[in-house]
Amino acid sequence: MNEKTGSGEQQLEISEYQSLINRIMPRHTYLKNAILAFLVGGCICLIGQFILQIYTAQGLEQQQAQAATSATMVFLGAFLTGIGVYDRIGKHGGAGSIVPITGFANSIVAPAMEARREGFIFGIGARMFTIAGPVLVYGFLISVLIGIIYFLLR
Amino acid sequence: MGQKLGKHSFRFTKPPVIVSSANIVGPMEGEGPLAAHCDWILDDILFGESTWERAESKILRECAKLAMRKINWRPPEIDFFLAGDLLDQIISANFAARGIGAPFLGLFGACSTFAEAIMLGCMLIDGGFGTRVVVATGSHHNTAERQFRFPIEQGVQRPPFAQWTVTGSGALAMADQGEGPVVTMGTAGKVVDMGISDPNNMGAAMAPAAADTLISHFQDTGTAPADYDLILTGDLGRVGSEALKDLMKMRGYLLEGNYFDCGMLIYDQSRQDVHAGGSGCGCSAVVFAGSIMNQLREGRYRKVLLAPTGALLSPVSTQQGETIPGIAHAVVVEGG
Repeated sequence: MNEKTGSGEQQLEISEYQSLINRIMPRHTYLKNAILAFLVGGCICLIGQFILQIYTAQGLEQQQAQAATSATMVFLGAFLTGIGVYDRIGKHGGAGSIVPITGFANSIVAPAMEARREGFIFGIGARMFTIAGPVLVYGFLISVLIGIIYFLLR
Repeated sequence: MGQKLGKHSFRFTKPPVIVSSANIVGPMEGEGPLAAHCDWILDDILFGESTWERAESKILRECAKLAMRKINWRPPEIDFFLAGDLLDQIISANFAARGIGAPFLGLFGACSTFAEAIMLGCMLIDGGFGTRVVVATGSHHNTAERQFRFPIEQGVQRPPFAQWTVTGSGALAMADQGEGPVVTMGTAGKVVDMGISDPNNMGAAMAPAAADTLISHFQDTGTAPADYDLILTGDLGRVGSEALKDLMKMRGYLLEGNYFDCGMLIYDQSRQDVHAGGSGCGCSAVVFAGSIMNQLREGRYRKVLLAPTGALLSPVSTQQGETIPGIAHAVVVEGG
């Protein structure tokens, strides 16, 4: 009796089964996914650029305009998540809609929306960062590491 | 008293009768090819409740009540209510039982629970422990996504082999006598794990368990695939059912024109965006309690082997890198 597989008379090795499954599995459409991600991600960045130009034209300084643009894009991502549109963009856009800051907003608002029913503290408060949390933790960690390297090499 | 056949199977001495059946489905299932066989198609995925979890429980409870109402059984009059679902601590079934008020046995066999419930219900009846038993299982797409995958509004891409959890429930009312199809045999499966660890690929994880249970069934009962008008798995989906056919072929059993998977029947895969098909505790329950029961009553099917499979994983086991154990239970239902 094999304790791991539960099979008494082991007819098939795990590796054999794995290769049988690999033969049947539908293929990921990598090329199509990459092209769509490029186009969707590009469009989001184009909108960001457009907003940046407007803010600069209105007289904001470069750095202020950048911060205002990020805030606006985060708002747009959160808003589109709230009205149930961003998941549809993500379905086609893939990494193209996950990587930009709008995707970051989506990954915070989506769990928060669901956790609302478990209350403000243990629901929204605790679950809001279930997906974005790792990005923040390792983002901060890397920024500190790079800061140290920069300090040593200076 | 029943009779044990071989290691896994048994035959009921006085086959329990399925005297009534009912199913309730969500809006998306109501747009699928089996809509004509659904008793109640919801237009609101919340079913008038404030949370998805409450909606899932209400679907299960109303489905069990509907099966009883069709034959004028009052819920407190039944001897046993057997139910299960996919959520942590099977809250949908437990909370549904709160509104039924009958002796309740909660079950978990993941998506194989429907057959587990039928099998145990029939054992209770044939063993003389009761004469009226109601079994029900259900699932809800949004609660399952939430528990096992990502938030609904999260912009993620599902892989092409992912399956879509069915929103819906199926229930059967069974008795020691009456009119209707009868349950003649059962096979209790064992847990089989062939090392699949991707929780998006549950069909592949469960196919070896289905093969194991089906082969045990054929060996124990001395039957062959051709003896059945229909052999039906629960939610193997496109990948899992292909794997099952291959595994069975290697062992000398051919699953051909009489083999189907409920997950492949419940949606129109060319029109509905469900990737490899449906899944969930509600999948086999909705299909069997509706379409299959109707065709058994009409005499289109004489003998059906229902063998739904369950993936026995939890979000914690997945994160800890465990592989996915599978299980399948089988029951034989014959036209009455």
